[in-house]
Amino acid sequence: MGSKLLVKGGRLIDPKNGRDGRFDLLIDGNRVAAVDTAIEAEAEVFDAAGMLVVPGLIDMHVHLREPGREDEETIESGCRAAVKGGFTSIACMPNTSPVNDDASVTQYIIEEAGRVGLANVFPIAAITKGLAGEELSEMGALVSAGAVAFSDDGRCVDRASLMRRALEYSKIWNSVVVSHAEEGSLAAGGQMNEGFFSTSIGLKGIPAAAEEIIVARDCLLAELTGARLHVAHVSTPGSLAIIKAAKERGARVTCEVTPHHLTLSDDMLAGYDTNFKVNPPLRSSEEVSALRELVSDASIVDCLASDHAPHAAHEKEMEFAYAPCGMIGLETTLGVVNTDLVGKGVLDLNRAIELLAVGPARVLGLDRGSLGRGDIADVVIIDAESEVEVDPFSSESKSRNTPYGGRRLKGRVHAVLINGNLVVDDGAFIREEAEVSR
Amino acid sequence: MAQLQSKDLLGITDLTREEIELILDTADSFKEISERPIKKVPTLRGRTIVNLFCEPSTRTRTSFEIAAKRLSADAVNISVTASAIAKGESLRDTAKTLQAMATDLVVIRHSVSGAAKLLADVMDCPVVNAGDGAHEHPTQALLDLYTMRERFDSLDGLKVAIVGDIAHSRVARSNILALGKMGAEVTLVGPPTLMPAEIEKLGAQVCHRLDDVLSEADVVYVLRIQLERQKESLYPSIREYATLYGLNTRRRQAMKKGSIILHPGPMNRGVEISSDVADAPDSLITDQVTSGVAVRMAVLYLLIGGGSDG
Amino acid sequence: MTDFNIKALVMDDVGMHRALTRIAHEIIEKNKGIAGLALVGIRSRGIYLAQWLAGKLQEIEGSSIPVGMLDITFYRDDVALHPRVEARATEIPFDVTDKTIILVDDVLFTGRTVRAALDALMDLGRPARIQLAVMIDRGHRELPVRADYVGKNLPTAVKEKVKVNVVEVDGENSVVIGEEE
Repeated sequence: MGSKLLVKGGRLIDPKNGRDGRFDLLIDGNRVAAVDTAIEAEAEVFDAAGMLVVPGLIDMHVHLREPGREDEETIESGCRAAVKGGFTSIACMPNTSPVNDDASVTQYIIEEAGRVGLANVFPIAAITKGLAGEELSEMGALVSAGAVAFSDDGRCVDRASLMRRALEYSKIWNSVVVSHAEEGSLAAGGQMNEGFFSTSIGLKGIPAAAEEIIVARDCLLAELTGARLHVAHVSTPGSLAIIKAAKERGARVTCEVTPHHLTLSDDMLAGYDTNFKVNPPLRSSEEVSALRELVSDASIVDCLASDHAPHAAHEKEMEFAYAPCGMIGLETTLGVVNTDLVGKGVLDLNRAIELLAVGPARVLGLDRGSLGRGDIADVVIIDAESEVEVDPFSSESKSRNTPYGGRRLKGRVHAVLINGNLVVDDGAFIREEAEVSR
Repeated sequence: MAQLQSKDLLGITDLTREEIELILDTADSFKEISERPIKKVPTLRGRTIVNLFCEPSTRTRTSFEIAAKRLSADAVNISVTASAIAKGESLRDTAKTLQAMATDLVVIRHSVSGAAKLLADVMDCPVVNAGDGAHEHPTQALLDLYTMRERFDSLDGLKVAIVGDIAHSRVARSNILALGKMGAEVTLVGPPTLMPAEIEKLGAQVCHRLDDVLSEADVVYVLRIQLERQKESLYPSIREYATLYGLNTRRRQAMKKGSIILHPGPMNRGVEISSDVADAPDSLITDQVTSGVAVRMAVLYLLIGGGSDG
Repeated sequence: MTDFNIKALVMDDVGMHRALTRIAHEIIEKNKGIAGLALVGIRSRGIYLAQWLAGKLQEIEGSSIPVGMLDITFYRDDVALHPRVEARATEIPFDVTDKTIILVDDVLFTGRTVRAALDALMDLGRPARIQLAVMIDRGHRELPVRADYVGKNLPTAVKEKVKVNVVEVDGENSVVIGEEE
């Protein structure tokens, strides 16, 4: 393979640079060398006719489980799942074992991701030591080691004073603090959204207010401190209204919504399928509809994130109340967004790519998510019309806990370039040694 | 020929009115057997019924055990505490083990909603839900219907007040559904802290004052109050609960003529029901226990008492 | 019965009357009266025949005889082979202990129904003795069972069907033989 690659004939969608149309893309080394309607160059030609050519997608909310639960996911299997799903960059949450609250863990993740050599992995480090909500972790050391943000995801920082200090302290590096918004005493023992379905199937409900109270608190703290707050997995229209108001007042607040909160609702729990058990819980269909109305608004929602949360089958197959929360999503996010949001007119493709690439890059301060001249050549080429049936057992992830099993989703990742290297072509990994190395 | 459509009895949700009537009619025959000196028929001879109780329960387990034995089935009781289940073998593995032992039917009681469904999904044999979390307790509702039907000609239009902790009650849920299917009108009575979200959509009215419903109700169904809920601030004190929602003599006298009192047991005498009311002639609480055996015999018979494809 | 093809009338109303009258006399003769006797009909046709027979015994002896009805659903040995049958109540309004029970059924065939009825009856108490009266004995016994009183012995092929009609259920009293379509 030569050092130059010419991606020809595709529909380029590059929301950051305002491009959407027939453009050729010339890649030289790890950078975009030229973007134009018709490029002639001495380069290997990649025929993208009939395909979408978009910036590599970025998932800023992924659980890789390594170190600690390598039976559920490893950095390698998670990266493979990411790339298969069109994500060239992922940010991984710190609730591993040991917790990523120490520079050595951050370094380990980065080194292992480098060895795997697939997706770019950006560690998010813990706000508090051991995610215990007691003492701040050493943010300085963690930033030096490569942490791109801070979060106690999976747990709420219960004490408002501690959240305030975390936000204040993060300003040294202009880091973003990611809030898992869940008021513990209201959510205690909760298994699903509080509403008619929690009543009818007899599971303890979690009211929307449990999320919204903390969203409001953290928005107020962001205003108080002037620091950067990102609200993870917003699941209620009420939270979005609070975030919108905070943004309008000038608070430095961003937020993400997951594909599942936009496409699945609490009535789907009627059969006690634990693959639908997730935190925050799937909300009522009315709330999902309201959320879908708001997600297209660029002044409210900054990004979509999968909250990819692998769990071992034997743990998910427990009684509902004993099963852990979470679902995998790296390989289904693009298809779900394309089929159930773009396909249903909730988002246009431009906005979808903005939410999946531009937004997360901006939140994390990454120099990615766009395909202008000189940009890093993370590119995904998508066959948008092709349908793929979700088969949990052919997933690259080590876990199978998807609620979308059996669904036919439109949009197949045809090719992926990361840092200018073609790693997936015709839907398959090129370097298969990566597959067998572990 | 009349039979139940589902392999299992997991909840009243899955039953049609006709199926409910079939169970109650079948229970009539078994009630007669329970009145004989030899209270046993050979119908389920050679069948193995496992009572898997993952939550403490004496009366329901005993009732199922007696029902199985009066049908000549071999009843095996397994009692596991929920904590042991959480730590030890998973419910799924327990199910597979019972399956491998050629169990003919499993009765399960579990503190987690959906546990009976989980078991039924793994096992080929019928599963009877004897109470799962705050979800359903179908045989309790059926025996309650049976007891009401013995007293009233028809359940159509019958006014039933269910009083107490609706939020945590599987008995309430199954009864709301069952009574609704039989055409009765259900009013739920209790403090708002013990009313689950949007319960009205299940087909019931909600009232927070017991005194307002007494003169109208044909049946006052008193639920057991968990005394430990007080610690969760769901009600301020046992004394206040008894004052606002306890069925006492004064309230009993305010009840409609010919109305009856039910309680699923075990009772907290002096809390949700006063002792003299519990023992009053219009209290059919012991009749419920009798009905329970007959209804459970009917359920076991209808599930495994005949060929599956006759 | 929709799938029952009648080949011949075996007995009509008059014939059945005569047979039951004869059986009534045989019962009285064998038991030296009707003191200590009770009739138990097996659901469902046996019940009507038992009531019929009780009427005749009363006519002859001038005193009444208790009649019960027995549902043998829960005692069948073939529950697994048959569709789930709707069970109906057994109603025996007297103590069977120390009585002479005349079991009454319409057709004696394999003997399995009688076997189940004997078990059911024994569970209700300890009768002094049990005798069996049937309208038709069609042979083909699979168990060592023999009737004490028979309205008519009717040789049949196994695949044939014998049906006893009673006026209360079928609108007429008759016995017919036929084949299933």
